[in-house]
Amino acid sequence: QEVTVEVLDRLEHLALVDFRDAEGVERLQKAIQFADQLHEVNTDGVEPMDSVLEDRCLYLREDDVTEGNCTKELLKNAREKVEEYFVAPPGNIPLPKLEERETFLQGS
Amino acid sequence: AALKGGLRFQVSAALKEGHVTPTELCQRCLSLIKSTKFLNAYITVAEETALKQAEESEKRYRRGQPLGVLDGIPIAVKDNFNTAGIETTCASNMLKGYISPYNATVVQKLLDQGAVLLGKTNLDEFAMGSGSTDGVFGPVRNPWSYSRQYKEKSVPKSHSEDEESNWVITGGSSGGSAAAVSSFTCFAALGSDTGGSTRNPAAHCGVVGLKPTYGLISRHGLIPLVNSMDVPGILTRCVDDAAVVLGSLAGHDPKDSTTIQDNFKPFELPNLTDVSKLSIGIPKEYHAPGLSSEILALWSKAADLFKNAGAKVVEVSLPHTRYSIVCYHVLCTAEVASNMARFDGLEYGHRSDMNKSTESMYAATRREGFNDVVRGRILSGNYFLLKQNYENYFIKAQKVRRLIANDFVKVFGSGVDILLTPTTLSDAVPYMEFIKEDNRTRSAQDDILTQAANMAGLPAINVPTGLSERGLPVGLQFIGRSFQEKQLLTVAKWFEKQVKFPMIQLEVKRHDHGAFQHQKSAFFS
Repeated sequence: QEVTVEVLDRLEHLALVDFRDAEGVERLQKAIQFADQLHEVNTDGVEPMDSVLEDRCLYLREDDVTEGNCTKELLKNAREKVEEYFVAPPGNIPLPKLEERETFLQGS
Repeated sequence: AALKGGLRFQVSAALKEGHVTPTELCQRCLSLIKSTKFLNAYITVAEETALKQAEESEKRYRRGQPLGVLDGIPIAVKDNFNTAGIETTCASNMLKGYISPYNATVVQKLLDQGAVLLGKTNLDEFAMGSGSTDGVFGPVRNPWSYSRQYKEKSVPKSHSEDEESNWVITGGSSGGSAAAVSSFTCFAALGSDTGGSTRNPAAHCGVVGLKPTYGLISRHGLIPLVNSMDVPGILTRCVDDAAVVLGSLAGHDPKDSTTIQDNFKPFELPNLTDVSKLSIGIPKEYHAPGLSSEILALWSKAADLFKNAGAKVVEVSLPHTRYSIVCYHVLCTAEVASNMARFDGLEYGHRSDMNKSTESMYAATRREGFNDVVRGRILSGNYFLLKQNYENYFIKAQKVRRLIANDFVKVFGSGVDILLTPTTLSDAVPYMEFIKEDNRTRSAQDDILTQAANMAGLPAINVPTGLSERGLPVGLQFIGRSFQEKQLLTVAKWFEKQVKFPMIQLEVKRHDHGAFQHQKSAFFS
């Protein structure tokens, strides 16, 4: 069962990562094939397991500020900044559609 | 002597008695790192800060007030742990140049004990891989490739070929840490273990690799791969040392709410002499396809060792073992898809020049920053998390995970104390052979024996057991009950004593002094 170009395109949008070439797409196909083995296992009546520590209560600490005031330190690692802001390019602009962007998938 | 044997107690005693000073020890290690540069075990060597730390330690020893057994001991840390002021790259272009603003809890704990941080070790990019071959700084070479033991067994090829094409991998993903410990450049190293990433390279490099119980050691500052399975791993040259490091790291951390709140008491390992009350389980499914006959024989010999010493050795079954790797594949890629989302270039790390929109900037940044392996896992993970696939893949995998965890519960509930299994399917393969298969295939093959312990959150340890016909290390794995590290390490220590794994006879050519054998430490001869 091949993955459709629509799904591949959707994945590139969701992941904001590209398939790059035929090998990338094939990698996904193989991954799905591999994962399909899971369906051999009978899991009737089995609850999904989120964490091996599910029987324990997660630690919650008091809502007190214990550290901070490290703005300068944190900003050091950002490439684009203005005063105490991280600067991002304009938002709310969706990635161009498949036909309009430079992606390997265009050819498929 | 003490430098080579690596028994922390010996070196600590030497420090305490003034036979060697922390700065001498540090300089020794730094010098050895330089002469073993070809191993590519270190990404960053923090020479200046290490010497400063050594000086501070020396002052404490002079005052007769060392902080503990770890004071002045040179250590290395895998480059996916945050280290304040020192570059943390995860062997990826995405984090090249990223200087951590803080120390991971485990790093802080070691520094608080006076340990000397020599540097950050090499790994597969973002800890994804089982060879330590897929990072942007190149592959790590197994020190045993340069051992007399390996060279004696190699078929002599043409003179020009020899070492350059014959070297073997360290295994991964904590290959740099394993190589660093194995080549004596440090006394202990931190790795991480999500599917076997500490135990696998430990087996290939002939060192002890401990994966603690999930929830015992803080993950705060460990750049996450799979939040529900990651643990910091400990690599040392002997089991006693692993216990010492564990003692300084374990315990609740308010900064990591997945650490358990039980009180942890560091322990010293007893010298077990009577194993008659022990019940060792041999899971038959770990006789996996592809297991080398050599390792099978070694495993069998080990089982007999316990039997002859009076322990109860029983065959047990973990029926869902063969689905562990598939289950891991789905859960891992799904969590990776989520964890890698933070790398968008805005706050840290690589940022693309693309400026048209946030989405296109993120896409370009990630395109430029991640290698094929990482991108592949992100895309697969997103696939399994699509609405139409969520139930069939992600939830299904979580159900299978419970079945795998329950297999262990049943076996341990039936009276078995410890499980004994092989760690890897074979000894280390030559790099040229390893790269013929892709990362995912290799990981699927190599993680098969180690992965289930991560699935179930159980503690597991690799103990170097013997040398293969090619003169390379082979290790065996012990898996214990949750939070029963003391029992696990006690048995591992007993076993280590019985097998007397040989010391590596490293042959390192020094540029300045020509070829020499058997790196000796002047202080102890």
